[in-house]
Amino acid sequence: MTRRAPARLLVLGLAASLAAAPASGSDLRDLYFGEALFHANQGLYFDALQRLDTELAQHHGLDEPQYDSLHFHIGAAEFDVGDFELNYRMHHRAGRAIRAVLEGNVEESVRNEAAYRLARIHFQKDQPEDALHALSRIQGEVPEKIRDDLEFLRANVYMALGRPHDAVEVLSKLQRADSLAGFAAYNLGVALLQDGQTLEAIEQLDRAGQVTSGERGAVAIRDKANLILGTMLFESAEYERAYQSLDRVRLEGPFSNQALLRAGWAEVSAGNYERALVPWNILAKREMTDAAVQEALLAAPFAYGKLEVHGRAALMYGQALEAYTHELDRVDASIDSIRKGNFLKALIREEIRQDEDWVIRLRELPETPETYYLMALLASHDFQTALSNYLDLEDLRKRLESWKTSFDSFEDIIEVRRQNYEPLLPDVDADFRELDSQIKLRMEQREHLDRRLQGMLTAPRPEYLATADERIISERLDDLEEKLADSANPAEQALRARIAHLRGALTWRLRTEYHERLTEAHEHLAGLNTVIGAMTERYQSLVRTRQAATHSYVGYDVQITQLRRRVGEAQERVNRLMARQGHLLETVAINELKARRERLDAYQAKARYAVADSYDRAARLQADARPDAGQGSVQTGDQNASDDVQPGGVSQ
Amino acid sequence: MPRIFRTLALAMLVLAGSLSAGAADNDREQMRGLDEQVQEVKSDVLGISAELSRLEEKLLYPSNTQVAVFIALAAGDPMRLDAVQIQIDGQLVAHYIYSFKELDALRKGGVQRIYAGNVTTGEHKIEVSLNGKLEGGGDYSQAGSFAFQKGIEPKLVGLTLAGPGSGRPAIEIGDW
Repeated sequence: MTRRAPARLLVLGLAASLAAAPASGSDLRDLYFGEALFHANQGLYFDALQRLDTELAQHHGLDEPQYDSLHFHIGAAEFDVGDFELNYRMHHRAGRAIRAVLEGNVEESVRNEAAYRLARIHFQKDQPEDALHALSRIQGEVPEKIRDDLEFLRANVYMALGRPHDAVEVLSKLQRADSLAGFAAYNLGVALLQDGQTLEAIEQLDRAGQVTSGERGAVAIRDKANLILGTMLFESAEYERAYQSLDRVRLEGPFSNQALLRAGWAEVSAGNYERALVPWNILAKREMTDAAVQEALLAAPFAYGKLEVHGRAALMYGQALEAYTHELDRVDASIDSIRKGNFLKALIREEIRQDEDWVIRLRELPETPETYYLMALLASHDFQTALSNYLDLEDLRKRLESWKTSFDSFEDIIEVRRQNYEPLLPDVDADFRELDSQIKLRMEQREHLDRRLQGMLTAPRPEYLATADERIISERLDDLEEKLADSANPAEQALRARIAHLRGALTWRLRTEYHERLTEAHEHLAGLNTVIGAMTERYQSLVRTRQAATHSYVGYDVQITQLRRRVGEAQERVNRLMARQGHLLETVAINELKARRERLDAYQAKARYAVADSYDRAARLQADARPDAGQGSVQTGDQNASDDVQPGGVSQ
Repeated sequence: MPRIFRTLALAMLVLAGSLSAGAADNDREQMRGLDEQVQEVKSDVLGISAELSRLEEKLLYPSNTQVAVFIALAAGDPMRLDAVQIQIDGQLVAHYIYSFKELDALRKGGVQRIYAGNVTTGEHKIEVSLNGKLEGGGDYSQAGSFAFQKGIEPKLVGLTLAGPGSGRPAIEIGDW
């Protein structure tokens, strides 16, 4: 008991601590990270991992990840991906991201949290030495939110390494940690027991068995503490205390059947046969597939026998015999049905798995003998692992199947787009080329103007800023000057003077208005820039739309072909693994059922013998009770023969 | 007899689940081997899934037209969200009814991508309506209309929903 118990309680404790870290959405800065949490919070770890893996890969691929919105959550994301991998039972991968945090340039508190999480992963991977090594890297400031959990983990690691004394020391300091209510108390009891401090262990388990908490996990662990304590006290022949402890186990909890059974035996050991009947009669009415219930069917008439109520005992042995026979038929039917492959089909029934209590629902389904003993099978860790893997594989199989059909849809979409765009694009491209050459010409003109204006800032050229009218006037003045150049006529000389005067006036205007005109020219250029900006935007939009049209149907063939091949290969692997996993699951189930069958066989034989024995005893008692019975009667049977039919002789 | 019982009771704890140790060891060995292969195939399928979703996004929601709408709940809000309806430019694009598990996931800080689709660049209108129950059991319905601008990059629209007691608007839009 003491060797196996810690492994189970550690898992419980860790599950509680893993579940106790909900993400806060109040200051969420990255919606896709939030989406990963949305999946994870529903237990959809494949989707959560897929989302978060993609986000992390994108983030780490950026040149400047500090501008990515995931940057605000990168620590939590690296931690969460490890948790998701663990929850999705990908122990090999779990821890990679956290190791990256540990090796990165991060604050002390973040590094310590990373070390704690890495240790937790190692511990779950059944690598306690590595877990302890990771814990040894923790130095300095530890975030308050993980302090208790960290110490709790340290204690568990010590226990897994066979160092209960160290675990006791750590756990003793955790007894006031509210978040670990029940777990720390129970673990301390087990650690003391492993350390050989039996009396202290009993006292501690007694305390753990009275922890007040509304938490489901804490209440379950309290029940377990009481069950183990009751058993230890029973072993020490302290029957009354054993009964009290077992009596504290809730009647509706997962440990109640075992507690009721043992409470009965505690009473029997103390000679209180009548009181033993109370728990056993409760137990005998419960689900018959439970091993404790099966034993109670023999135990209760055994107590009646001890009370010398042989008639009642005989009747109950008879009922037990009938029940065992019926149950043996059911076990045989279950084995037969499993061999026919019905078990695996039942496990993956979608409508059943929608329900939280799907295991119970499966058992209640008519005509499904393959699942009668599923609850009992689920008590086995090996079976649980095999079942989880099988269900995960079934999930993968369905995904791969649906992806396969997606490829056909993708190809249809691509083909429709190709048929739509291909006839249109040549005309669009021709128009686009014409427009493109016009745009290029105008852009060159604009560049020329810009260069000229820039040059005029250092070397003024007023004539460049002449208006069209002024340029015409200037040219006419040039013409007139040329015509009058060689004339000696005084009238024409007067005209030349007038022309010179006019040119002077024009030059005056160009020079005096130069700065004003230059400013205006720059303003016009800036105005042109706005128009060109809008045109460039439209141009780029057109280019993008043109590219998008091509990208919507070109370049997918290779990717789709490769993905289709990968999906096909994965499907083959999944199918192969499912067949092997399913076969193993059936084997484990059948082996377990065969063991059940052997036990039921033994119970049946005991019951058969006990029926006859009890009837004999009842008959003898009746005979003894007759007025003439005292004379001539012979004691033929062993007074304690019914001891031989007590169920302990055949119990597990 | 009591000694037998004592042995029995302890044996029940010690031996529980280890009835057929030989066969179980063999099965366990096989299971471990299979478990490793299952982990490998999970890793492969996750890789395929990531590549497939990239392909899907590229093919169905190119970034210049992509719009995605997300739903979050105000932190600590006790309002029970039953359903959300979304219209973009007058077209119904999503009508979602929440299961208990989904609601719980939202309450724990998860964000649901309720819609992914395509719109042209420019200004658009999104109309949101929600139905739910208040802590006291009363019905709670709200609606809101918001404008958003679609550029050439993917557009992410985040909607945070809240009950009347949270001190926040019933429907809040955020840009990411």
